[in-house]
Amino acid sequence: MNTPLLSVDNLTIGFPNTTSTVTPVVRDVSVHIAPGMRIGVVGESGCGKSTLAYALLGMIRGAGVRVHGTVTYAGAQLFDMPPAQLQHIRGAEIALVPQNAGQSLAPHRTVYAQIAEVLEIHQQLQGDAAWQRVVQLLADMRLRNPARIARRYPHQLSGGQQQRVALAMALAGQPKVLVLDEPTTGLDVTTQAQLLALLHALTNDTDMAMVLVSHDLGVIAQTCQQVMVMYAGEVVEMGDTADVFQQPHHPYTRGLIAAMPQLTATRLPYAMPGQMRRSATDQQCAFLDRCAFAQSVCATTAPTLEFVAHTRAVRCHHWQTVATHDDVDSTATPLLDRAPVGEGTPLLAVRQVSATYHQPDWRWWVRTPPQLVVAQVDITLTPGHTCAVVGESGSGKSTLARVITGLHQPAAGNVYLDETVLPATVTQRSQDARRRIQLIFQNPDLSLNPRHTVAELLYRPQAVFFGRTRAQALPHTISMLQQMRLDEQYLNRVPQQLSGGEKQRVAIARAFLADPDVVVCDEVVSALDVSVQASLLQLLVDIQRQRGTAYLFIAHDLAVVRAVAHTAIVLFAGHVCEQGATAEVFAVPHHPYTMQLLSAVLTVPRRTVQPQVNLPADDTTLTHGGCPFRQRCPIAIPHLCADVVPPWQQVAGSHTFRCHHPPDVLASLRDQFALPTT
Amino acid sequence: MSSSRPWLPHISLPTLIGIVLLAIHLIMAIGAPWLAPYPPNTIDTNNAFQAPSSQHVFGTDRYGRDILARVIYGGQVALVISLASAVLSVLLGGLIGVIVAYVGGIVDEITMRVIDAVISIPGILLLLVIVTGLGTGTPVIILAMVLSYMPGVIRVIRATVQEYVPRDFIVAARLRGERVSDIVWVELLPNILDVLCVEFAMRASWIVLSVSGLSFLGFGVNPPTPDWGLMVNENRAVLVLSPWGTIFPMIAVATLVVSLNVVSDEIAKVFGIDRGVRR
Repeated sequence: MNTPLLSVDNLTIGFPNTTSTVTPVVRDVSVHIAPGMRIGVVGESGCGKSTLAYALLGMIRGAGVRVHGTVTYAGAQLFDMPPAQLQHIRGAEIALVPQNAGQSLAPHRTVYAQIAEVLEIHQQLQGDAAWQRVVQLLADMRLRNPARIARRYPHQLSGGQQQRVALAMALAGQPKVLVLDEPTTGLDVTTQAQLLALLHALTNDTDMAMVLVSHDLGVIAQTCQQVMVMYAGEVVEMGDTADVFQQPHHPYTRGLIAAMPQLTATRLPYAMPGQMRRSATDQQCAFLDRCAFAQSVCATTAPTLEFVAHTRAVRCHHWQTVATHDDVDSTATPLLDRAPVGEGTPLLAVRQVSATYHQPDWRWWVRTPPQLVVAQVDITLTPGHTCAVVGESGSGKSTLARVITGLHQPAAGNVYLDETVLPATVTQRSQDARRRIQLIFQNPDLSLNPRHTVAELLYRPQAVFFGRTRAQALPHTISMLQQMRLDEQYLNRVPQQLSGGEKQRVAIARAFLADPDVVVCDEVVSALDVSVQASLLQLLVDIQRQRGTAYLFIAHDLAVVRAVAHTAIVLFAGHVCEQGATAEVFAVPHHPYTMQLLSAVLTVPRRTVQPQVNLPADDTTLTHGGCPFRQRCPIAIPHLCADVVPPWQQVAGSHTFRCHHPPDVLASLRDQFALPTT
Repeated sequence: MSSSRPWLPHISLPTLIGIVLLAIHLIMAIGAPWLAPYPPNTIDTNNAFQAPSSQHVFGTDRYGRDILARVIYGGQVALVISLASAVLSVLLGGLIGVIVAYVGGIVDEITMRVIDAVISIPGILLLLVIVTGLGTGTPVIILAMVLSYMPGVIRVIRATVQEYVPRDFIVAARLRGERVSDIVWVELLPNILDVLCVEFAMRASWIVLSVSGLSFLGFGVNPPTPDWGLMVNENRAVLVLSPWGTIFPMIAVATLVVSLNVVSDEIAKVFGIDRGVRR
């Protein structure tokens, strides 16, 4: 092993809390980062990974923070350094790509101005030289037309472009250590795949070390050689990425891997019981109450980080048992059992629905054509059946949810409930129709009134739909909370006092208190940690079994869709590309877009074949006529695809797709993508 | 960080002084009949222009009226007018602001342009126009204050509500088919209550200043009603000879304005509102 460039020794960071004790957020972490090393830090939100990442830059945020231990860069301790010297190291030696680049770029300055600032401070480059270098950096990020990007403002760029600009800015000072905090969170799978490929290329043959912090095991598996799994502020397992993910030694790592939805899985993702507690003590294992392997020794002695091989360490008393134990997810619900609960008549049908948005324009005298976001979509939902709508951001899937719930008036087509046409807007619909179709939103922070208690939040639908008084509603509220695996203690809490998963459970409870027949789930699990996500998916599947509710499941994560949906519809730019039973569509995709999406799904351990995704130079603009996917299609036929709308082709049963190519051409393309098979 | 009184928000010395001052003003206004040493309008020309003494703690004016008594009673006038105006401005302004933000579209556009027009008129000029047109007297002053301060409240409340209207919890309420009044009352109001409180305290302090200013110019309450602005005007001719009649009402105005300002700042801080420059 090389001499470490950046060393963290016995680092403990504690934040003061309301009861004037200190809650440790990072506990006794040691890690040595050598030149050229790519290390991933993974764990659920609140495990201390971001705090650790910022500490690597000598940055401790917040007042009254207690720090023990050291961070040493090239022999100098960062915490003892005078601010001016630290300022020099940041950017030039150690650089950070912060989470959510869109918000960390200054909105009032051009991309050039922001990157040039780094160059001026750290490399004394100015004027023409700076411009040349900025354009070069942007070109290195594989941004097409870098000179044009450099003159733009952050809001004029897409999410993926913003992330590349942030990366270019971090690399401008030619740092020796690059720290990335959740670099791909919030990006589309295809954009994520491209960015990770870029990161791989940038760091592969250089001496630059990289620390990548993410909650997504797939991202780490794809990019890092080493991985560090954190739980409640402690490192619970570390080692070579392939080894750790192939044969996890810690029950938490096992749980995380099992909770991750996989395309090839035959069961629902495994939901780890309980939730993370910060109150870890020296007398017991922090993971104790969630651990299936726990024994009496775990409650009396905290395990230490034990080196089991040269670079492999684990913090568990029973790691030998854990390592050799097989099939952790045998308790999870098998997918095969999940035939639709009810059959027969369509409950909800969407027929030939198109939706448009008007672009506001300051030139009020100009008639701008409305922008088409959903084009002639058909969906049929039967009771007890889940239909997934998948696609990237901007594919029109959320607009579809708004049309179904009556929030957006479609430009053409109708929504039918029990084979009768529903009025287009929610105000025109009957109270009963409103009750029977419920919507669960993506972000519970926005969908729950921050000033209402859980009791009040869950009382509202009962008051509106069933005319219950608060006293009458209470027993229903409590029994619903119990179904959500929450209890009466939550009644008087406000959303701020709940964790992300708990908030989403309350939002789900609110929808089901209306006793709906159809629930539209708009990205309901995408903002949550994998373990929370797994438990919510399990919950949704259980409720569906009990009640026979139909779900319209809108998601961008194909592995999640594979786990819960009976049928799937793949949308690109508002157009249906392919549809059919999920198992068939995902096993034998026929549309090139479906193949791209599937190949971009990250797996643990990582696949050997790299995903292939072409994105167009600029934002995809939907041009009328022809195939909407032609600009990104690897096998587009020059004139045919641009001019002629592709015909529907049938594979088998309900599995259909829209493409000009015959199935054998598509089959050979499918072979090139080397998709995982069940 | 160990606080000896964790149940109280940490209160700084200036804030404490502000709260105490406001309390003194309220006590004096409410308890005027008992606290004032003389009736405010009793003329005693034998004792005109007296300097502060044990008989007349703040001295007397040109008619021999006790200045302390007039300052105490003047507080009643100032507080009644400013609190009534502030309450009306915030209630009406809040209501209009919520409606305008929720309904949006052309209603919003028209209302806001009217408000822009009103706000573009300098404050004191607007007040003078209203008072000149409608005459003097307490109800007219209150009306004038409401008309000139309500537009600002409407703007602030509209902006606050606009932030909440597109939020998913309002969308969820619409999906349930809730009545607009329920959406406003149950979903929106708890979220804007903090802003309403701050608006109230802040507007009240400005209104105190405006009321005194109007009275000073002779457009306020009618003499011989004891009023701080009026007192300053009446006694400024003899400022050198007998400064008492001017200084004490001025101190009263200043302390009330400062205390209201400090308290509104504290309310804002407790609610965590970032109070930028607002009109």
